Amino acid sequence: MFNLSIHKISTLLKVQYANMLEYRVEIALWAISGIIPFFMLNIWTNNNLNESININNTMLSRYFLSAFFVRQFSVVWVVFTFEEDSLMGKVSPYLIQPLNPFFRYFAQHIAEQLTRFPFALIIAFFFFIFNSESFWVPNLFILLLSCISTFFSFLIQFLMQSIIACICFWTEKASSIERLLFIPTLFLSGLLAPIVSFPEFVKSWIYITPFPYLIDFPANLLSGNPTNISGGFSMQILWILILFPLFKKAWSEGTKKYTAMGT
Amino acid sequence: MIKNIIEVKNLSKSFDISSREQGLKGTLKHFFKREITSKKVIKNINFAIEEGEIIGFLGANGAGKTTILKMLCGLIYPSQGSISVSGYLPFRRKDNFLKNITLVMGQKQQLIWDLPPIESFYLNASIYEINKFEAEKRIRKLSDMLEIEDELNIPVRKLSLGQRMKSELLAALIHKPKILFLDEPTLGLDINAQRNLRKFLKAYNKETNATICMTSHYMKDITSLCKRVICVNNGSISYDGKLNKLLKKISPVKEVLLICRTENDANALRSSGFTVKQKIKNEITLKIENKSIATSLKTILNNYDIEDLYINEPPVDEVIGKILEKKEYHV
Repeated sequence: MFNLSIHKISTLLKVQYANMLEYRVEIALWAISGIIPFFMLNIWTNNNLNESININNTMLSRYFLSAFFVRQFSVVWVVFTFEEDSLMGKVSPYLIQPLNPFFRYFAQHIAEQLTRFPFALIIAFFFFIFNSESFWVPNLFILLLSCISTFFSFLIQFLMQSIIACICFWTEKASSIERLLFIPTLFLSGLLAPIVSFPEFVKSWIYITPFPYLIDFPANLLSGNPTNISGGFSMQILWILILFPLFKKAWSEGTKKYTAMGT
Repeated sequence: MIKNIIEVKNLSKSFDISSREQGLKGTLKHFFKREITSKKVIKNINFAIEEGEIIGFLGANGAGKTTILKMLCGLIYPSQGSISVSGYLPFRRKDNFLKNITLVMGQKQQLIWDLPPIESFYLNASIYEINKFEAEKRIRKLSDMLEIEDELNIPVRKLSLGQRMKSELLAALIHKPKILFLDEPTLGLDINAQRNLRKFLKAYNKETNATICMTSHYMKDITSLCKRVICVNNGSISYDGKLNKLLKKISPVKEVLLICRTENDANALRSSGFTVKQKIKNEITLKIENKSIATSLKTILNNYDIEDLYINEPPVDEVIGKILEKKEYHV
């Protein structure tokens, strides 16, 4: 099932990148639509909320810019695409090819991230024009670690959504389950506020869930805020190791239920 | 010795279907309590297909033809029975099995809508682990056979239905599959495009000895490609054999068009006891049983003044339509 060669990967990426470039305006709009962290930054700084958690304005600005970047490169929509393809019968031709269809979706996401990249840089450029005191250049090692942790964050979200997408094999509307997942992802990931600002009670259990490792951990890493690097990576890898076999199981059981609707 | 490439034994398939009564009451009832019934759509069917054969699956809408194709290519699991395709259990979808087959559905497409078809061809080639040089060679050859060399670099969304269908076929055949499952491949195509596609399939079968299993509601597809047909009625096989034999059995008559010297001769023929299909002035069409065609014609020629005559088989569409109409038809 996972017999992938370099040639396959590069062709998949090339083709999906070419496809995504057809939608460059749409992707630019998506990139702009991901500016929630900047709104949150505004709320935090205007109300001096950062004083309560001992983070100065500069570090908070850097955190939310990093959160914006992490979000840009970890957005996942596979459940919606798979649901549509499954309902319309588009999955059928993919299922009889010697490549798991989720690799196609995976390549689509990566290609979309590559397309987003220049737009995200432009937004960051404007951010620094208006917040010049927040400008910083992370060292190469930290940048590399941040990229890896962002990719892991993407991988965790991709696996979570793929498991939910497999529910399409049993019920046609799996995306409604994803809506439930969206709420904790929004509030517990660090997109709206750094986890460090959360009440002690929440902090006592939140770190065993995958959510803080989706935005908060990579954003702290990139922005230079204090974070437990080895602990963060260990938890990300642990969640990937838990979710991957779950996805494989859901996939193999689900395809037995497939009825090839719409064909 | 020709071996069976497909073997199906006691194959059945059931689907869970939830039904709902009409109206608000039905909607509310359906919301609180779903009525799910299991419907057996394929009922203990058996058949075998030899390598290189072109088989047509015939049947009315909902008879189960497409479900059979879906099980043969491994898209859906059978509920009961066994299927062996090229020595594999299709539903396990092993890579080596998938590399041997292809499925083309007339109403579904795998080409990437916004890109030229050539991109999808190279993508498929890489999925089937075909190197770039070999892929290029195959694309050139198939596009030449399908006559779509000029359309390779035009975005799919801008191609006509016929050009898209040909591109779909190219994408589906790039890995040289040994078995082709074609579900209404000529659906929606104009007559010329249908003819070209049939010509291509014939040539492909001849050149590669590929086995082709197809369904079509265009009888010309079946009659020009398939020597053997499997008739599916309500999930069961009602006939499995040569198409010619079926046609003879179902319609054991020939249509004879006689052009009489005068209208009086035509009138006399009408009242002579033959089955008359139609009469227009001095032209009369009779239906004569195959077994008595020689003696009947001898009698007619000896007793009436006939200027010319034509012997025709009844239209195949008409005959096959009879098979589809009769739900419980068994030959």
